[in-house]
Order: sequence, then C-alpha cells, then structure tokens
Amino acid sequence: MSQSIGQSIALAAPTLRAGRLPWPRARLRRYASVLVLLLIWESLSRLGVISPRTIAAPSAILASAWTLTITGELPANLLVSLARVATGFVIGASIGGALAVVAGLSRLGEDIVDAPMQMLRTLPFLALVPLFILWFGIGELPKIALVTLGASFPVYLNLFAGIRGVDPKLIEAGRVFGLSRLAMVRRVILPGALPSLLVGLRYALGVSWLSLVVAEQINATAGIGYLIDDARDFLRTDVIVVGLLVYALLGLGADALIRGVERRTLRWRPSLVAGAAR
Amino acid sequence: MSGVRVRGLTRRFGTHLVLDRLDLDLAPGSFTALLGRSGSGKTTLLRTLAGLDPVTIDATVTVPQPTAVVFQEPRLLPWAPVWQNVTLGLDDPDARARAIKALGEVGLDRHADAWPLTLSGGEAQRVALARALVRAPHLLLLDEPFAALDALTRIRMHALVLELWRAHGPAVLLVTHDVDEAVTLADRVLVLDHGRIAVDLDIDLPRPRAAADPRRARLRADLLDALGVKEAIL
Repeated sequence: MSQSIGQSIALAAPTLRAGRLPWPRARLRRYASVLVLLLIWESLSRLGVISPRTIAAPSAILASAWTLTITGELPANLLVSLARVATGFVIGASIGGALAVVAGLSRLGEDIVDAPMQMLRTLPFLALVPLFILWFGIGELPKIALVTLGASFPVYLNLFAGIRGVDPKLIEAGRVFGLSRLAMVRRVILPGALPSLLVGLRYALGVSWLSLVVAEQINATAGIGYLIDDARDFLRTDVIVVGLLVYALLGLGADALIRGVERRTLRWRPSLVAGAAR
Repeated sequence: MSGVRVRGLTRRFGTHLVLDRLDLDLAPGSFTALLGRSGSGKTTLLRTLAGLDPVTIDATVTVPQPTAVVFQEPRLLPWAPVWQNVTLGLDDPDARARAIKALGEVGLDRHADAWPLTLSGGEAQRVALARALVRAPHLLLLDEPFAALDALTRIRMHALVLELWRAHGPAVLLVTHDVDEAVTLADRVLVLDHGRIAVDLDIDLPRPRAAADPRRARLRADLLDALGVKEAIL
C-alpha cells in the first residue's frame, strides 16, 4: 500500500523535481552505504587490520551461519529459545491481561491490584535474576519466569489504561440501549481498549526478548544465548554475531506478527479503513 | 400507550438548584420542544427521563418503555459495522434484517456494512436515529441532535424527524436552544427557567410552517423574549 503510493509519487517526480531519483534507484542508494560499509569491513578483515578476535569478517559470519544451519545446531537452539520466549510471553501476557481486566472493571479490583502492580513495576525486574536463581535454580524455570515477569507489566499497564480510557459517552449510550454488564464489557469496553492492549503486547514482546537474552546467560545448556556464551569461550566472534543477528530477526518477526494482528482487528480505524476501501 | 409524568423533580449540583420541584406531562404521541438557556437544566431533565441521572426519593417520574435517545453526538461504536450499531442491545435473531429496514427509513440501507468512521456527520446522526427507532420507542428523547450539523443537513434532518414521528408515533421530547427549530417541529414548546417550566405554549400551526408566516414570527418573538433575548438589538 505505502509502497505503491511511494512509487506513484516517485514516478511523477522526475518531471517536477529533477533531483529526485526514480523509485528503484532511490532504494538502491539507501542500501548502497550499508553495502560499502560491509565491503570496507570485509577488506579490513582480509588485510589483517581487524583481528577475527575483535570481530569476524562478514564473509566468515555468513559462512558460520550456513554451517550452523545445515548442521542443525542453530535450528535446534533457536527452537529452545523460541519455546522459552513463547511460554513466558503467553503466561506473562495472560497474567497481566487478567489483572488489568480485574483492576480496570471495578474500583475494588483497582484498590487490590493496582498499588502492588505499580510498586513492582518500578523494580528493574532484571535485577531479580539472583533471587530467581535462588528460588528456581538454574534450569528452565528461572528463564521462563523472568520472561513472564517482563511481559506481564506492559500488558497490565496498557490494558488497564485502555479500559479506563474508553469514551464514557459510548458507555452511556450502551446503558441507554439496555446493554447488560457482560454485553457492555464484550461490545463496548474491550473493543475500546483493544488498541491499547495491542500496544502493550508489542512492548511485552520487546521486553520478552530482552529478558530472554539476560535469562540465557544463566547457565544455559541450550538456546541462542548458550550458543553465544559457548562461542565466547572459544573466541568465535563469527558465531556470536550470528546469534545476535538471530535475536534481531526474531524481534523483527514478532513485531511484524503483532502488526498483522493489528491490521486485522483494527480494520475500523480511519487510516486503515481508507486504505482498504479505495 | 401511556405518556410521561413527572412530579416534584428536584435536582441540585452543590448549591446550584438545577431543577426545582418540576412538574411535567407529555401526552402519548405528542411532539414537544424544550427550550432554555444553557445551564437551565434541559439536559438534566432529559437525562433523568432517559434513566441516566438518578431520581430523588420524593419525586415521581413515570416514563413509557421502551425509551430511546439520540444524543448531540452520534455515539456510534466505531469498531462495529453500522447495522450492529443500530441493533445494539436488541436480542433478536433477525437483527440484521431489522437493522436494514430501519436504515432504509433514514436512507442508509446501502451503508449497513460500513464502518461508522467512514460516514459524514449527518449520516452518522441518521444512523443514531435509526438505532433509536428500531426499538419502536414510546418515548423518543432528542438531546440537541442537530446542533453539530451544518444548516442544510439540519433542514433535511428536520424533515426526516417529522416523517419518522408521523410514521411511528412516539412521544418526542426535543431539547434544543434553537427557537426556530422548536417552532418548526413541535406542537408544544416549553421554556425551562430557574428549574421550572416557565412557558408552556401550544403551537397549532399547520405543517409545513413557512418561515414568513406572521403567526410563526410572533411565536418566535414571544419565545425569544421568554429566553431573555431582545431581538431589536440585532
């Protein structure tokens, strides 16, 4: 959608503005600088200016990525990391969401839930790692627990604010037309809070990855973090960079997923409506 | 069909007395306009009839059911398609067909599946009208529903409301600050002042009521006078 708009503007541009490059070349130029940097990095590595102990050459990184993939080492560790993040995220988002609904829908719930949540929120949860190790040992549990904790707060905070931010005029309209309490929640309050919930989920995913990185430094025996940790011991900077790239790609993928959900569930929004209708 | 009956309704916000032992009767099927300066309690009275504001213990408020409201803003749920907004709160397996019939009466049946935010202000307010009428109300409360519309759309809405009122016959209470609107539409005009009905005027002019009709002009001047507006200054 945005691409086709960009294209039509760019196609019309040369007659209007001589300095503007047509669309494919403009895109090429954007990536050209990245390509040049990679080439400089590659040549400096080959000339021996950059030691592989500092960082491996791009070609070496690419080669390791390929080897790690075909040996099955990368996919296997990737699955372990994905399972940790998915489990922690789902549990954390569910807990955060449930608490937000309780606190958002009733004053009593707010009094009970909100104060402790606001207090816990100010705690940098990654600092809990030592306690988690004492409580849960060094197995899967502390890793998943850390992701769970990290994911629950953004969902709680955003959904709570979203529920309280639903237009009171719409709630009043619902009352006039005889909606029951349950129907009010289902048809007015939750749809109204959905955009906030999605923002919360997006934050929660970001925090989940961050928690995973930290959690996988805790004596892991599998996972991307383990791959990186292990590579450090053998000074394999190429493998470390592959691990970092995988983290980055997973983060991007998760974000795209939420945006996909957003496009589907928020079809009614004016910007999306205009895009879909015409 | 019974009408509206209010006895001794008092409402105060802090020390400010908004409604002062107010009595009001609306006959079934009548079209009444309620005028008043801003802050005179018009909207409070309407909200009480709509069941949105509490009724004090010593007051009697009898309202026929079902009652429907059209607010100043359309108040449509933006995440539900137009037809689902129309049947909001209705428990009917054939809801969609009913919604489309009601939308047809306001000329919007083609927009049944549209999202509310794609509608113009006038269209959205017509959907709100359809949402009120679909439940066949015995009392239709209109809270300045045309105030936010442009002048031309407002004239079309006036005609539409009269047409729907004739077809369905609910008692209508139109809250407005527009004397012309009141004189154009209503059979009876009330002016609310100091928490009481200060003026109660029957309008027995035949419709359509030409703006140039001298009887209409006299009514208009009387009502403006009751509202404390001296038109000679203008």
